[in-house]
Amino acid sequence: MVPTLAGVILLIFFLFKFFGGDPAEILAGQVATQEQIESIRRQLGLDQPWWVQLWIFVKQILTFDFGKSWMTNEQVSSIFASRLPASLTVMVPILILEVSLAIPLAMAVAYFRGTLIDRTIVIVCVLAMSISFLVYVIVGQYLFAFRLGWFPVQGWSDSFWKNLTTYAPLPIILATMVSLAPQTRLYRTFFLDEIGHDYVRTARAKGLDERRIMFTHVLRNAMIPILTNVALLLPGIFTGAFLIEIFFSIPGLGREIYLAVNRSDYPVIQAVTVYLAVLTMIINLTTDVLYKFVDPRVVLR
Amino acid sequence: MAAVAHPVSAEEAPRSQGVWGAAWTRLKTDRVGVVSLAVVAAFLLLILLSAVGLVAGGWQLEKGVPYAHPSFLGERENVEAQATDLAGPKGPPVDISDIDPLAPKYDEWNRRAREIQVSSPPRTETLLFGGDRWGRDVLAKAVKGAQMSIFVGVFAAVVATFIGTLLGAVGGYVGGRVGDFLEWLYNVFTSVPDILLIFAFAAVFGRGISTVVLILGLVGWTGMYRQVRAEYIKHHSREYVRAAQAIGASHLSRMFVHILPNISHVVLVRMSLLVVGFIKAEVILSFLGLGVPIELVSWGTMLAEAQTELVIGKWWQLAAATLFMAVFLTAFSLLTDALRDALDPKLR
Repeated sequence: MVPTLAGVILLIFFLFKFFGGDPAEILAGQVATQEQIESIRRQLGLDQPWWVQLWIFVKQILTFDFGKSWMTNEQVSSIFASRLPASLTVMVPILILEVSLAIPLAMAVAYFRGTLIDRTIVIVCVLAMSISFLVYVIVGQYLFAFRLGWFPVQGWSDSFWKNLTTYAPLPIILATMVSLAPQTRLYRTFFLDEIGHDYVRTARAKGLDERRIMFTHVLRNAMIPILTNVALLLPGIFTGAFLIEIFFSIPGLGREIYLAVNRSDYPVIQAVTVYLAVLTMIINLTTDVLYKFVDPRVVLR
Repeated sequence: MAAVAHPVSAEEAPRSQGVWGAAWTRLKTDRVGVVSLAVVAAFLLLILLSAVGLVAGGWQLEKGVPYAHPSFLGERENVEAQATDLAGPKGPPVDISDIDPLAPKYDEWNRRAREIQVSSPPRTETLLFGGDRWGRDVLAKAVKGAQMSIFVGVFAAVVATFIGTLLGAVGGYVGGRVGDFLEWLYNVFTSVPDILLIFAFAAVFGRGISTVVLILGLVGWTGMYRQVRAEYIKHHSREYVRAAQAIGASHLSRMFVHILPNISHVVLVRMSLLVVGFIKAEVILSFLGLGVPIELVSWGTMLAEAQTELVIGKWWQLAAATLFMAVFLTAFSLLTDALRDALDPKLR
């Protein structure tokens, strides 16, 4: 984990150091004298050799102190604290819904494997996946919020409950609908892999009914790849479906990063990237431990 | 491998089919695969024609009135178009030339303005699939957008495939310290969520087509690397590679002349998956203004314009971009599935 983290830090550092614009010039703005730029450069330590700058960067990461956003002067740590709840309010329900809907759907499709139903559903899934996410959101927002008025077009409030019941439902429904097709298609292959195994044939041979085979034998084994997939999705809940956040003006972390990219707000981008990488690693580690509970055959080294 | 045939048995046993020949035979029996292959081929022909300028060359011409209706809807009242050619204020103009400091200049300016030829071509009320805000033909835009989006998707996939295959080959074949280093690099790239990595790259590299291709390629190589590496580890000590070693083939020759053709079907399938993913990514990046520059057109910039148009009821640009994209990506995805089935008969 530590070498990987070091790698992420190096990657981000050198990316911004050698390819990014000069921070002092971005900060000073269009009208700045040479002295102003020099003085900013001194403040940021940009006049130091690169290894000193790298050390400053590492210190910032370890002390959780990335200073202030260049554009809004907000503390980067407070950006995290204030944007994360909004992202989680939307993303946690999405994740729960899509996984709990995709599993039974995929199981049903896998049960009808090889038939016309199976083939049709797979093609419908491919078709649904070929339409851009943008189209679903644009049309969904237009139809359900603007035309029919079932939901507010966009907005956010300070109360968690109001957010969850008023503003979040439409984004949650749209995002779940979009992710359902790829998830179902993926889980279907997991189930199909398991159905082809010998133990299923054995179970059939000894006369178990299909329902028991599917729910007890196949489902438990298919949960392992499904769990891996959910673990892959987990870090995403912190960046949020950033498109959803942009469309619905939800003040979440994903939208914040997008705004930061447009404003060349380097501290925010760097901080989010590094910390999310850390988070991803922690989640992966936790998943490995979780395997032990799902699958007793797994031995942790 | 099929070429190694004994001269005597060659007459009795028919020459055995190569991997690609066998795959083609299997693909031909897959109806869905054949249809999607035809659709993809048609699209490629279309963007080829559009690239040389035979089709949709004049997509920038303002042929119709603003928001021209699609011809199949017939002519309807077009409020937005009427709003643009309002008559000026009525009544004689007030003479303020005695206090207007610019008054002495007007004659000269009028004279110079007359020297410039302004032609305003006739604008039609309806276009085949409607017009956008400036009266440009939406159908031509969609074709040109297809060219841009598919171009970006395919080239980004080529970049990612190149990086992934090269590193995967080295990692899987050489192994050891170098392999560990590459594994570390892989871990670094996968520990940052893709979209964040894309944003970070976009923040430092700026905008432009080649930038998008580069960014997507630099971010998307990891899956290819993993798979190619696994294949190389598998093939590394196979008999045919040993045989090549015995006749004195160098490491480079064994890596790229002997092993690579044997895993090329894996690379091809993975690459087509990348194309689909990258086209979707390009559309989103362009929509966000981080991709294709504004003076060019891609499906993403079309969708960005369509979002505001939809609110005032102009749905055709959205429909055109969506339709083109959905048809192409569906056909391409189904073709990829068919290819995978055809190239790997064990899977099914």
